[in-house]
Amino acid sequence: MSIIEAKGLTKTYSTRSGTVHALAGLDLSVPEGTVKGLLGPNGAGKTTTVKVLNTLIKPDSGTATVDSIDVVNDPQGVRRVIGASGQYAAVDENLTGLENLEMVGRLYHLGIKRSRARAKELIEAFDLTAAGNRPVKGFSGGMRRRIDLAGALVNRPRILFLDEPTTGLDPASRLGLWETISDLVRGGTTVLLTTQYLEEADYLADHISVIDSGHVIAEGTSDELKAQVGGHRVVVTVADEGDSQQAQDILRHHGAGKLSVSDGGREISVVVDQGPTTLQAVLSDLGNAQIRLHDAGMQRPTLDDVFLTLTGHKAAQDDDTEQEAS
Amino acid sequence: MTTQQTSTPATAQGPFEPEVTGAFATWMADGWTVTWRNLNKVKRSPDMLIFAVLQPIMFVLLFSQVFGGAIGGDNPNFDYTDFLMAGIFAQTVVFGSTFSGAAMAQDLKEGIIDRFRTLPMSPSAVLVGRTNADLALNTISMVIMILTGLAIGWRFENGVLSFLGGVALLMLFSYSFSWVMALLGMMVKTPETINNASFMILFPLTFISNAFVPAESLPKVFGIIANWNPVSALVQGARELFGNTGGTVAADTWPMQNPVITAIIGSVLMLLIFVPLCVKKFGNVSSR
Ligand SMILES: Nc1ncnc2c1ncn2[C@@H]1O[C@H](COP(=O)(O)OP(=O)(O)OP(=O)(O)O)[C@@H](O)[C@H]1O
Ligand SMILES: [Mg+2]
Repeated sequence: MSIIEAKGLTKTYSTRSGTVHALAGLDLSVPEGTVKGLLGPNGAGKTTTVKVLNTLIKPDSGTATVDSIDVVNDPQGVRRVIGASGQYAAVDENLTGLENLEMVGRLYHLGIKRSRARAKELIEAFDLTAAGNRPVKGFSGGMRRRIDLAGALVNRPRILFLDEPTTGLDPASRLGLWETISDLVRGGTTVLLTTQYLEEADYLADHISVIDSGHVIAEGTSDELKAQVGGHRVVVTVADEGDSQQAQDILRHHGAGKLSVSDGGREISVVVDQGPTTLQAVLSDLGNAQIRLHDAGMQRPTLDDVFLTLTGHKAAQDDDTEQEAS
Repeated sequence: MTTQQTSTPATAQGPFEPEVTGAFATWMADGWTVTWRNLNKVKRSPDMLIFAVLQPIMFVLLFSQVFGGAIGGDNPNFDYTDFLMAGIFAQTVVFGSTFSGAAMAQDLKEGIIDRFRTLPMSPSAVLVGRTNADLALNTISMVIMILTGLAIGWRFENGVLSFLGGVALLMLFSYSFSWVMALLGMMVKTPETINNASFMILFPLTFISNAFVPAESLPKVFGIIANWNPVSALVQGARELFGNTGGTVAADTWPMQNPVITAIIGSVLMLLIFVPLCVKKFGNVSSR
């Protein structure tokens, strides 16, 4: 059995503007020692999923276990083995960075001395030594975030829940955090994280679950998901904007999906069935039409493509790739 | 653990062995940790401390000096400053208790509650720590008021033990009332709401009572309400223990005839009802 298991989770909120099915029968399974990334558009139910698993909210129905402990029946048991960092930093504004972490350690019942030592260690690890003795009130968003993440690690948890851990971090801190997480995983920690950054999921996650409207709509490794979205893309950049229309016609002719156009019409791309052959055909047509190219090539699908294909134009139009994926 | 000096926050070893174990010991430790956290806040925001110190001084001086001459009429035994003290004390500590509500609402808003609720801490510790810290703050206000009162000529007449009994009664009542406010604090949407709402409740509660003037001098309807008002019982109880009734006669209602018992029963009832409600509510709240 996986170390994190969820089956048929539902959670419904009634608000003045109607009912929201935040979770609508969500299943999830994370094997020990792996990183699971949850992807999904705003409001998909990522945070709700994490909050059910880290015992912050109770599901309306369904079951979930963390380290074989039931999250509903024994939340205290779950809290002893997990570390959690929410989408918004949960820190005490009036305590210093060190005091925040000391408090967390004490509430894990580590005793005052050990809590202090651990706080110091984490403050150093998260590059906050200089700010450790200042109240969090004066911290920048990214520093607050790092204190919160350090808080999740105080008890050396084997299971870690991170809801958008790098939102608001500068690129250096983000890379630093990625390394920290990778280190932890090498040490055997299991991580469930949500993110808005697809490259983050690509980099960190062994498995990805794409969530939309409260349930998982696709699952697999990053490569598997990319394969699901299907073939390669041909991308061309025309040198002269005036040629854009003509180039779009050519790509549309060879492509197997909707065109995507950017850079003021200069960059045009389309999903194709046969990668290299189609590229050759496209290039020869463009050549015949005497269109000067700035750049041309083939791209493997990125997680962005996966994300957009799976969740982007849902119901809006009948997309072949989406049919295959779901 | 302290020997481990790698720079990565290694977790491979798994969770620490807890140093504090057992339900009671962890409850005590957690309650104290949260109290410590809340008192730290007081230390870091001097405005709160100044408020807790200056406001009681101001109230004692304002009421005794402004109303002093007007109240009491021709009763030669009546000393308004003596009479007033129990009322001012009661009003101040009851208002002080509302801070528990505002602070709970603030914690929910800031999200720290989500941190607490993912920790294996005792489920009532956040509330215990909250109400304890407010008791501490209220105690400071109380000491300040007592000193101010003594400085302007207030004297308690029944001996030190009885005086301390009166103080204890006020503190017990305000502590219990903190739990009521803490529950409200978890129910409202913003800290501002609780401030406004509590003023709406507390001004009538403390003014339609015998806190500032004898109940019989209030307009008839208000006098009747005042004689059944639990705050009146508290004030009357403290006033009797201080020996400050100044010849005023307690009304012929059970609470007024047995004010100390009434205030104690009221406090215990508040605790019995609101502690469990608070703990239950805390188990279901999440930050907003
Ligand atoms: N306390 C609540 N009351 C009412 N509705 C809620 C509540 N919490 C979540 N929801 C709704 O449930 C849905 C899922 O929310 P959730 O926070 O899980 O989304 P998310 O995937 O984390 O989104 P984001 O990427 O914006 O963080 C949303 O439609 C949200 O409005
Ligand atoms: Mg979210």
